[in-house]
Amino acid sequence: MRWLLLKDLQILRRSPLQAALLVAYPILIAVLVGFAISRSPEKPRVALLNEIPSDSRVTVGRSQLPKIGVNDRICARVECVQAGSRAEAEDEVRSGDVLAALILPADLVDRINSLSTPFPKTPAVEVIVNEDDPVKARLVDDRIEALLAQANLVIARRIATEGGRFLGLVLNGGDVHVLGQTIEILGLRNTGRILEKVRPALPPGELRHSVDRMIRFTALARNNLDTAAPLLTRLTQPIAVRKQSVSGSSPPLETFAIAVAATFTLAFVVVLLVAGSLALEREENAFPRLTRGLISRSELLTEKVALGVIAGLAVTVLMLAGLAVFVPLHWSRFGLWLLAILAGGAALGAAGAALGAAAREVRAVSLLAFMITLPVAFLSLIPSGTLGSGLQDAVDVITALFPFKPALDAMESALDPAGPGLGTALIHLAILIGAYGLLARFALRRFATT
Amino acid sequence: MIEARKLVRRFGEREALKGVDFEAWAGELVAVIGPNGAGKTTLLSILAGIAKASSGEVHVPAGEVGWVPQQAALYRRLTVEENLLLFARLEKHPDPAASVKEMLELTGLAERRGEIVARLSGGNQQRINIAIGLLARPSALLLDEPSVGLDPRQRARLWEFVSALAETRGTTVIFSTHDIQEAERYGRRLLVLADGEALFDGSAGALREAVRREAPEAADSDFETAFVAFLHHRGH
Repeated sequence: MRWLLLKDLQILRRSPLQAALLVAYPILIAVLVGFAISRSPEKPRVALLNEIPSDSRVTVGRSQLPKIGVNDRICARVECVQAGSRAEAEDEVRSGDVLAALILPADLVDRINSLSTPFPKTPAVEVIVNEDDPVKARLVDDRIEALLAQANLVIARRIATEGGRFLGLVLNGGDVHVLGQTIEILGLRNTGRILEKVRPALPPGELRHSVDRMIRFTALARNNLDTAAPLLTRLTQPIAVRKQSVSGSSPPLETFAIAVAATFTLAFVVVLLVAGSLALEREENAFPRLTRGLISRSELLTEKVALGVIAGLAVTVLMLAGLAVFVPLHWSRFGLWLLAILAGGAALGAAGAALGAAAREVRAVSLLAFMITLPVAFLSLIPSGTLGSGLQDAVDVITALFPFKPALDAMESALDPAGPGLGTALIHLAILIGAYGLLARFALRRFATT
Repeated sequence: MIEARKLVRRFGEREALKGVDFEAWAGELVAVIGPNGAGKTTLLSILAGIAKASSGEVHVPAGEVGWVPQQAALYRRLTVEENLLLFARLEKHPDPAASVKEMLELTGLAERRGEIVARLSGGNQQRINIAIGLLARPSALLLDEPSVGLDPRQRARLWEFVSALAETRGTTVIFSTHDIQEAERYGRRLLVLADGEALFDGSAGALREAVRREAPEAADSDFETAFVAFLHHRGH
């Protein structure tokens, strides 16, 4: 078997262009897919024109809120491109360099401050978009809405905090500083105490009755205002989110993207190589000669799968090593990487052997392998819950029948220290190795007779 | 000795071989001839162990039958030497390099040992094809239409080589061909198959005699015309 393996490697060496394409093309696809996943609309480029004077502060009543840091908050969620003027911002959008432009007008803070006056004005920000692309337009709408919701929430929280402080003063009393002077606020609690001390000294009659009414009022007001403060805070975010994961924690996006890239590479290298080299035995008319006692059909299949696994292992590890320059990977888990690549490679190789036994020519089988592997790989990347139940079930079945998804699961588990164990994915892959091995063995019977 | 008794091979409803009896002795050169679909390749495939008979018996010397398929079974991106070395290793020769050297000398390709097979002529590819079939040092060699696609000069060199195997090494050579003149010239015995039946088994001269008896109008024609008349007389 090793001589056949050596022969296949010699043939690969004799076809440098094909070998280079076999390695370069999957890596190109893998890198593109990984890039698309990791760069997807997470941080769109947005031009930002902030015309708000730097000394502007949002005030509540007569209190100034601390500086909010609008620029920092926005730029934490989008990739900011600072614009110097409205015209510049418009040019950036028109040229497609940015997805949208966000203009914070100079009077924005004044308008926010007017909300607590008898003559409120509506604060507004301006968004410039280029809507020639509907997907991009929707993305911008979603992103800007999210940004504004966050800004509104921040302001509401600050207002609620200040409101709560004022309520505290009304309840418990304290000092307020206005125009350089300190004013003492007595507060309902102290008022009630004073009145209770004064009451015994009053003669029974109308005056004492009135003091009793005042004492009851302060107690009633105090009790009700006690609940107002937390209510005010809750108003800013009445519904809280409690997130519970039922299937372990998801890996960081970069890790997932690397797992996808590695699995793409492994899948294409292994499936194409195994299917192609098996079909080559038929194209070169060598199959009958080989299986006439020189080597058994099972040995031939094993050799082809081994060839695919060796090539896939080398290319995938090299690619991971290359990616590790840009993204930190846990080299301490290298043993698990190898396990995932070997198991995934063997299952993909078995699938490649089944495909290779189904076609007469290398070109036909390469096309077939490509036509099956690519859509199945993309189906495997569809997040669960994004399709209708019937369609999702169909996708789940298809992706479970081809080794790409379990190979991806194994790779994710191997790369992510916080991820689930490799066990389930390895069992799935082992079942597929057996199933595709039998299928390939059966297909080879047809191989020999046609 | 190779022997086949009442060989039947069915493909679904169709019978490719209908109870064929056949034997070949050491050093014999047997040509299997017949029209398309006669069962020539099927018979050789069964004798070579590539295909199984539906019924009947085959006796061949175990592991001593070399098989040379119609289309060269070679790796075209490997060199002549690499091809021979691969099959010598797969045959588990104790000294593969020595076997390769011997085959290169036998086929006269020693000087072209380092050339990629794809760059060789069809005739030279066929010589390597045969050399691989001989690597197992078989006592019998089965060749399925070995001269297809070769020019006259290449054919002559091929038959010279094959004849020498039978004469000097005592190898039993059984070959199928569509070329009746070639069968007459190189086959010491002819087996005529048509629609899966063995119509004749004997020398070229004996076939001439049979034509003279059964189709006298073609008796003095060239061998190919006489052969066609024989088939026609037998209802094929």
